[in-house]
Amino acid sequence: MAELTDYIKGFAVTFKKLFEERVTGDYRGGMAKAGQPDEKRPKVERLHGRHVLNRYEDGMEKCIGCELCAGVCPAKCIHVRGADNDPDNPTSPGERFGYVYEINYLRCIHCDLCVEACPTQAITESKLFEFSFTNRDDAIYTRDELLVGDDGKPRQLPWEDWREGEDEMTSGWMRATSPSGDHRYEGIVQWSGELGYGVRAPELGQSADAADAAIAAGAELDADPAVGADADAETSSGGDR
Amino acid sequence: MIGATDPLFADPFGLPEVGVVLLKVFVAFVFLLVAVMFNIWFLRKVISDMQNRIGPNLAGPWGILVTLADGIKLFFKEDLIPEKSHRFVFKLAPYLSLIPAFLVFAIVPIGGDFNRTDGPGIISIFGHETLLQVADPPVGILFFLAMSSLAIYGVMLAGWGSGSKYPLLGSVRASAQMVSYEAALGLSIASVVLVSGTLSMHDMVLTQAGPGFNSFVPNWNIIVTGFIPFFIFLVAGTAELNHPPFDLVEAEQELVGGFHTEYSSIRFALFYLAEFMNQITMGAIIVTLFLGGPAGPALFVPKGWWVGVFWFFFKLMLFLFGFVWLRATLPRLRYDQLMDLGWKLLIPVSLAWFLVLAGIQIGRDRGWSSVEVGAFALGFGVVCMLCGALLMMALSSARAQRLTDLEQASADSGQASADLGQKRADLGETPTKGVLRG
Repeated sequence: MAELTDYIKGFAVTFKKLFEERVTGDYRGGMAKAGQPDEKRPKVERLHGRHVLNRYEDGMEKCIGCELCAGVCPAKCIHVRGADNDPDNPTSPGERFGYVYEINYLRCIHCDLCVEACPTQAITESKLFEFSFTNRDDAIYTRDELLVGDDGKPRQLPWEDWREGEDEMTSGWMRATSPSGDHRYEGIVQWSGELGYGVRAPELGQSADAADAAIAAGAELDADPAVGADADAETSSGGDR
Repeated sequence: MIGATDPLFADPFGLPEVGVVLLKVFVAFVFLLVAVMFNIWFLRKVISDMQNRIGPNLAGPWGILVTLADGIKLFFKEDLIPEKSHRFVFKLAPYLSLIPAFLVFAIVPIGGDFNRTDGPGIISIFGHETLLQVADPPVGILFFLAMSSLAIYGVMLAGWGSGSKYPLLGSVRASAQMVSYEAALGLSIASVVLVSGTLSMHDMVLTQAGPGFNSFVPNWNIIVTGFIPFFIFLVAGTAELNHPPFDLVEAEQELVGGFHTEYSSIRFALFYLAEFMNQITMGAIIVTLFLGGPAGPALFVPKGWWVGVFWFFFKLMLFLFGFVWLRATLPRLRYDQLMDLGWKLLIPVSLAWFLVLAGIQIGRDRGWSSVEVGAFALGFGVVCMLCGALLMMALSSARAQRLTDLEQASADSGQASADLGQKRADLGETPTKGVLRG
């Protein structure tokens, strides 16, 4: 008999769900007609999305064509060729620049190893993952498509679903973990300025020491759950060193 | 009995009658296709509501055209036929499961005013009197049993003809399941036939129409047969449909896709069409057998054939919702639980209930008083319960004995307790609760 009432309870649970709030949003991937809802859920700060090639604040390209990103790429999806700069009209501040830069998004796994390998922070990842191209040529992003525009914001291609404000967060992952995710470097800026943004502030709240100090100061860690979770993660990884 | 045959055929049969029949066939065909489209959309919407999702919302208003879009997509997909398949059987199988699904609906009365006294349920199309059902064969409900048996061949041959192991496993399961549950299904139908005294679907609705006990409780078979056959038919019918929680046939986690693993493109779509069409026809059969079909309380002031249509679809929708509710709630049964439920619970109970009903019927025929009939039924019930209790006691004591033997043996040989746990599990002593284990 107890089993039977359990069944009825189960049916009651599913029936009650009919009248509950939906957890999914009304997402149409940017295909909504006028007047239709099209919500995107907020993404986390460090999401690995489609790449951008950054430029210095004076508009020079950061990429020096060293091919380290191509070398480290586990999916072998990056193709880079460097060339010497024209001394009179240089593309990048150094000797060389990347004159071919291609990423094949049919192969890319968004591991961000290229971002970690890059010596000049030329390549970072934006938070965009909603880009559904319809042919293989579109899948291979070229240097022109990857390079940020004159305002420092990523180029928006026709098949990409960019929303208001999404094009500003292009280096979250790099600023959170650089270098090599070592928490002792927290707060130390090791990256150069970007066109349109200047030198971006580091992401704080990662190190165990910082969390300990906060607890000692009597701060409520629960006030910001993200900080607490990060501190826990860093405690376990930091203990190994 | 009135209207034992379709009044359309009472007159000399000519071209206009053929026209009426063709019209009915066409309407039923189009209706079924549209209803399946709606049914799949309804399933997806309700199940996403039950999972706190939004569900399909892009194709058409509220995503109502999503099935159409899926169908068009499947049409243009590549049609693969495996190298090792038996090509003829492989191509035949989808139609073997689709055509019975279509044909069953032909015998279901879907409308007509059953509250009027002169020719209840009869409507007039172009001046020709007929029933609002494609055909009313004298064998009626037996046709349904025949068709649902035939549909097993579709599943069986699809699995066998694919020349692949998972479809074969799925179809072996399917045929075992469908054959087992057909017995319980048939026995609960027998109860209905016994009470109605007819096999014709139209006459079954006629016997259920009109006021019943105290002119308030409807005269429906669900009440007249005492609820048990209805619940058995519901469970067995769900199993016959391979619908969750009895969808072992296409258990994705174990069998990839079951019998239709190797199917793609439009052949795959035909299987899905058949599956969801079977839900509608099974719901329609339940409504007709137990809930009076198009016969319902005369609540509406304007009378007409559409009152019957309204009641029929209202009742059908309840069952379609019920099927979705089952799918959203219950986890899949294990194979042994499925067989236990079918053979050890449903078949004995439906058989015993059929005997009780038969006894009562004989008592009525011989003019026994209601007290005598009641005493007989009570006595029979007590005997049945005693027998059942004895059987359960014997089963549980045998199981306990086996367990103590095992414990003794494992203690003697010093085996690990994990081994014992495994044997306990083999004996069905699993920590998880079984579903209605007999």
